[in-house]
Amino acid sequence: MDARRAPRTVSDPKVRKVGFFTAPPDRSLSGPPDHRIFSFLTSPPPVVDNSSPSAGNSLSPVMIPPPRHSSANLSPLRRDSAEYFPPSASPTSPASFSDDVAAAAMGRGAVAASSSLPGGLGFDIAALKSAASSVPASGLTTVSVVNNFPIGISEKGGGVAVEMQNDQSTRSKSLKEKTTKAERRALQEAQRAAKAAAKAEGVAASEKKGGDRPQEKDRKKEVPQPRMQYDDKSRVEKAKRRAVVKQTEARNRVELFRHLPQYERGTQLPELESKLFELDPMHPAVYKVGLQYLSGDICGGNARCIAMLQAFQEAIKDYSTPPEKTLARDLTAKIGSYVSFLIECRPLSISMGNAIRFLKNRIAKLPLSLSEMEAKTNLHSDIDRFINEKIILADKVIVKHAVTKISDGDVLLTYGSSSAVEMVLLHAHELGKQFRVVVVDSRPKLEGQLLLRRLVGKGINCTYTHINAISYIMHEVTRVFLGASSVLSNGTVYSRVGTACVAMVAHSFHVPVLVCCEAYKFHERVQLDSICSNELGDPDVISQVRGREDINFLDGSSNSAILQLLNLIYDATPSDYVSMIITDYGMVPPTSVPVIVREYRREHLWI
Amino acid sequence: MWWRSPSFILDKQQSDTVPHQRNPRDTLPLPSPPPFSMADTLQNPNPENNISAYYQTRAAHHAVVTGDWLAQAQAAIGRDPDDSTDTTVATVAGKPFSVIDEFNSWRKQPELAEAVAAIRALAAVIRNCQATTMMELEIELKKSSDSLKSGDTTSISLTAGCDLFMRYVTRTSALEYEDFDSAKSRLIERAEKFGEISCKARRIIAMLSQDFIFDGCTILVHGFSRVVFEVLKTAAQSKKLFRVFCTEGRPDRSGLRLSNELAKLDVPVKLLIDSAVAYTMDEVDMVFVGADGVVESGGIINMMGTFQIALVAHSMNKPVYVAAESYKFARLYPLDQKDMVPALCPIDFGVPIPSKVEVETSARDYTPPQYLTLLFTDLGVLTPSVVSDELIQLYL
Repeated sequence: MDARRAPRTVSDPKVRKVGFFTAPPDRSLSGPPDHRIFSFLTSPPPVVDNSSPSAGNSLSPVMIPPPRHSSANLSPLRRDSAEYFPPSASPTSPASFSDDVAAAAMGRGAVAASSSLPGGLGFDIAALKSAASSVPASGLTTVSVVNNFPIGISEKGGGVAVEMQNDQSTRSKSLKEKTTKAERRALQEAQRAAKAAAKAEGVAASEKKGGDRPQEKDRKKEVPQPRMQYDDKSRVEKAKRRAVVKQTEARNRVELFRHLPQYERGTQLPELESKLFELDPMHPAVYKVGLQYLSGDICGGNARCIAMLQAFQEAIKDYSTPPEKTLARDLTAKIGSYVSFLIECRPLSISMGNAIRFLKNRIAKLPLSLSEMEAKTNLHSDIDRFINEKIILADKVIVKHAVTKISDGDVLLTYGSSSAVEMVLLHAHELGKQFRVVVVDSRPKLEGQLLLRRLVGKGINCTYTHINAISYIMHEVTRVFLGASSVLSNGTVYSRVGTACVAMVAHSFHVPVLVCCEAYKFHERVQLDSICSNELGDPDVISQVRGREDINFLDGSSNSAILQLLNLIYDATPSDYVSMIITDYGMVPPTSVPVIVREYRREHLWI
Repeated sequence: MWWRSPSFILDKQQSDTVPHQRNPRDTLPLPSPPPFSMADTLQNPNPENNISAYYQTRAAHHAVVTGDWLAQAQAAIGRDPDDSTDTTVATVAGKPFSVIDEFNSWRKQPELAEAVAAIRALAAVIRNCQATTMMELEIELKKSSDSLKSGDTTSISLTAGCDLFMRYVTRTSALEYEDFDSAKSRLIERAEKFGEISCKARRIIAMLSQDFIFDGCTILVHGFSRVVFEVLKTAAQSKKLFRVFCTEGRPDRSGLRLSNELAKLDVPVKLLIDSAVAYTMDEVDMVFVGADGVVESGGIINMMGTFQIALVAHSMNKPVYVAAESYKFARLYPLDQKDMVPALCPIDFGVPIPSKVEVETSARDYTPPQYLTLLFTDLGVLTPSVVSDELIQLYL
C-alpha cells in the first residue's frame, strides 16, 4: 500500500498538485485511443460549409466538427476569425488544436471542458495545463479528468462531446435539430472507420517498435470492447449466427431504445432446456447459471456476480488445455465464449463486467512457468479471494460505516430490495437501535415484499408502500438508504428503475440520501441519462397484472403495431441527489468516485 | 455560575499542576459546584452536559465577555507564570511524563492551534518514550493519541491532528532498514518537521489568499479565527485597501476581539450584531470564515452562525471563502446539523433565564459544501469536492 503511493505523503504540502494528475505521462503521446482521436481530427471533412447541412454526406460537419469548429465554439473571438477567414484559420495539426482547446478550457472552467471531451483529448489538456502552468493558481485548480477512457466509451463519449459542442455553437444549433438517425449512423460509421484505421496504425507501430509490445497489449486489455448496438443490422446478424440462444425479436420495438436488445420473452427457456445435451462447448455450471439468469431465479447484482464467478470456478476446475495451445490464451477464449452465452441469457451488469475483467486479467498475468494444475488452483483461489474481499468483506465494512448514520428515532426509507441495505438494517437492529423502516416498492417485480418479509421476521417495525405514495411518505423520513447496481465516474448512481425518483423526492424534502455500493461496482464510464445504456425487461409484465383479470384492459391490444410497451430495468440518478456513497473505502461524496476508481483500479484487477 | 468569571482560567492553571484526573466520571455528580471544586475536571469541565473543552479554550483565548475581562484573565495568568518551559523537561524533574500535561501546556499559548499543540505533545511522547522496539513505540504513541482524543471528543482538529500525525510519522518506508535508535531519531525528526509544517500552514494560507483580496473590497468575517486574522493582517501589511465587517460572534463575542486587533492595524472595521448579516450582505464582496474542522464532504464545521452566513451569502451570490489548515481535515461526514458529536457552550444572556425555557447551547454548526466557494489550505486553493480526494489519499 505504501509502495503504491509512496510519494504522496504530507511532507510536501505546497508543491502538491491537487486534482487528477497521476496518469503516466506517456499515455498521451502514443497508444490506440490517441491515434484514433488524432486521426479522426486530422481528417476533417474537406468542405465545411454551414449553409449546406448535407445529410447524405457521411462526414457531415455536424457530426465531426473540424478543429477550428470546436475551438470556435469554445471561444467567441475565435469564432469570428474563423468566419472571416475560413481557410487560413483552420489549424489542422493536433498540437495547435489541443492548444486552442486548452486555452479555451482555461477560460471557461477546465472541468466542464475536459469532461465533455473524449478521454485521450481531455487528458491532453491536463498534460498541457500542468506543463504550462505559469499562473500560480492554475497549478492548484482542480481538473477533473478521468483519464484513459476505454475505447468503447470514448467512442460514444465522442458523440456526446460533439453534440455538446453543437449545443454551444449558435451556428450549428439549427443543424443539430436536423440530425436524423441516418446521420447518427453515419457518425458512428465514420468513428468506426477511424478507429479501425487507428487500430491498424497502432498495430503497425507496435510491430515496428517491438520492444514495448507487451505494454501495448496491456493497454488494449484494459479497454473493454464497445458494447453492441442492436440497431446496427449487420452486427446483429453476425451475433445471431454465433448465438446459442435463439431469440426472436420483439415485434413492437420501442423506438428510443432500439440500440438495446429487445426480444420476445418466454420462448428461449424451453428451447435451451431441450438443447441441454447438445451444447458441447458450454460447461454445465455456466449453463445452469445462464438458465437461472434467464428465468430470473438469480437476480441482484451481488448474487449474479457470485453465481457467475462460482460457475467459472467450476469450469476452470474441469478445464484442460487442448494440445498445441497455451492455457492463458485458450482459457481466455473459453471464458469469453461463456460470457457471451451469459450475455445472451441476460445482459451483464457492470459489476459482472468488472469481475470478468478481473478474471481475464488474472489469467493473462499467470506466469508461464506454472503447470496447468498450479495455474488452475491459482485462479480458483483468486476467484475465492475476489468474492471474499470485494463482495463479502466489503459488505461488512459498508454495514459498519452505515450503522453509524442510524440513530435512535430515525425513520429509514429504502426502495426495492438491496442486499447491502438489508444487512445494514438488520445489523442496526441487532445493535438495539430504535428505528422504523419504510419499504417502498414498485410494480412489476415487487421485490420490496421479500425484503419486507425478512425485516418483519426479524422484528423490525416496517411500513410498506408503493412508489406512488413516495411524496406523501417522505416528510416523515429522516434517512434514505439505497442500493446501486453501479456507481459511475461522474457520481451517477445506476440502479433499479425508480431509484432516481426516490432520490429526487428525498432531495426536495431535504432528506439525506445514502447509497450503499461496494467499490467493485464502480465504473470509469460516464453516463448522463438512462437511455444510452440500459436493460429492457419483459414488456408483458407491465401490460398485465397477474391474478387480476378485471383490470387487464390491454389484453387484446398488446399486439397492436402502434403500441410500444417499455419496461426499463435501470435508471441513472444524477449525483446532485445523492448525499453520500457508502463503500468499502468509507463514506465518500459522489464527487470522489473517480478518485477511488483511479486509485484502486489496479488493486481491483490484480488484487 | 462559574463561567461568568474568568476564574476558570485560573482553575485551569491549577489543574495543570494537579495530577490529571483520568476518569471524569468520578466528579460527575456535582450539582452546583463552587468554582474551585471544578478544578480537576477542567479537561472537560462538565462532561455530563458535553460542555466542549475545545470551545472553552477558544473562549479563553479569544473571547471578550466584558470590558475588563481580558485584563482580569491576563492578571489571572500573570499570577501563575507560564510553565510551558518546565513541562517540556517534566521527566527531568522526576515527574512521570504525561501527554495530557504536555498538551495542556502547549495549548495555553493562544497563538498555537490545538492540533499543533497535540502534534508537539505527541512528538514529546516519542522523545520521552522508553520503548525499545518499534512496535512498542507505536503502541505507546497510539495510546497517548487516544488519551488525547478522548480528553476532548468535541475538538475536530485535535482528533484530525492526532490521526494525521500517526499517519505521517509512522508511515515511512525507511524505518524497516534501520536499527531502533536511528529509527527513533528519524521519527522525532519527522515529528518535528510535521510540527513545523503545521505551524507554517497559516503563513502559506495567508500568502495564497492574497490574490483574492482586491483593493476596495469589503470582507465579512465571522468570529475570531487566527488564520483569517493572519490573512487580513498580511493583506493590510501589503498595503491593500479593504474594509472588514466583523460579526459580534455570540456567545463568546470573539468578533469584538478581532475588530480590536484589526483596528490596531488601521483596517477600517465595522461591527455587526450577528443578526445583521443579511442586512449588510449586499455591501459585502466576500465572506471569509475559519473552520474548526473540514469534513469529508467538503463542508466545514465552524462556530455557530457560519451556516446562516453562508446561506445568506449563497443566496446573494457572494463568494464564501474558508481558510483552514490541512490538519483540520477530518474523516467525518455529517449528514445534517444534528449528525455530530454535540459540543455545547454556556451562553450568558445577561438576565436570568427561567428554568422552563430551554436554551440551545450548541457551539458549532455544519455548513454543507454547496454553500462554500473555495477552501484556502496549505495544500493549495481547493474546491470543496477536492477535500475528500485529499482525505482518501491521506488516510487510505
